[in-house]
Amino acid sequence: MELTLNHFLFVSGILFAIGLSGVLLRRNLIVIFMCLELMLAAANLTLVAFSRFNLQDGQPDYDGHVLLFFIITVAAAEVAVGLAIIVALFRNRETTDVTKINSMKF
Amino acid sequence: MTFLFYIFAAFALIGGIGVVVYRNPVSSAFSMILSFLGLAALFIQLNAYLVGVLQILVYAGAIMVLFLFIIMLINVEDEEKRRFPFFSFLGAGGIAVAFIALLAVVLKRFAPGEATIPKLTALEGPGTSDTHQVGELLFSTYWFPIQIVAILLLVATVGVVVLSKKELK
Repeated sequence: MELTLNHFLFVSGILFAIGLSGVLLRRNLIVIFMCLELMLAAANLTLVAFSRFNLQDGQPDYDGHVLLFFIITVAAAEVAVGLAIIVALFRNRETTDVTKINSMKF
Repeated sequence: MTFLFYIFAAFALIGGIGVVVYRNPVSSAFSMILSFLGLAALFIQLNAYLVGVLQILVYAGAIMVLFLFIIMLINVEDEEKRRFPFFSFLGAGGIAVAFIALLAVVLKRFAPGEATIPKLTALEGPGTSDTHQVGELLFSTYWFPIQIVAILLLVATVGVVVLSKKELK
């Protein structure tokens, strides 16, 4: 069977769904954050697949790659800030369990 | 081609499932690395060499090391024993299955999705690699967004330093 665009979109969608279920299921803040990153990376696969299947002068559509470059940069910045927030939270509450972080002010 | 696609897609998906089901965050982080390596291989299969390498360097390298570092810094052990409550398991699994079913229905009716991978015209000589092409786009058409990203990184750096201070004022 030949590979089609749908193959890549489907893998990307399944990976996104796995990340989503992880965000809903897990209680550890760090693992929830990892699942968020997984969802972001799954969306990247969609971008690359569309750029490869939409040829411009016989080459992949490089605009998609540029967008992906920006997404990776933003994800790196987001991880740095998010982990700093988690560390600050841990310093205050001594826990990373989201069920124990249930007051608006501390 | 097809064979490799299935292998690396399985890598990515099994890694993703591992992130969700492992109770120990360190195991989660390592299966996440597996997932990212599989994704990078899929990128390379789609002729996105620069992006595939970036995925390995930035995601599997820098970001996951940061995650592991934080996991080691704040020791998380006490929540390993607890089982997942039945209803949250049902909810998360149900939403994921519903999402995949919806996606399958949509993709079945998505006519452009039936296209097979189109052939690239082979280019010869310097300046034809995808790294070169992406770099040229970044510093010509997209010169303004890349300045914004530079500022974003600066803001993130300053923000992290402020957040890591002992006393937040």
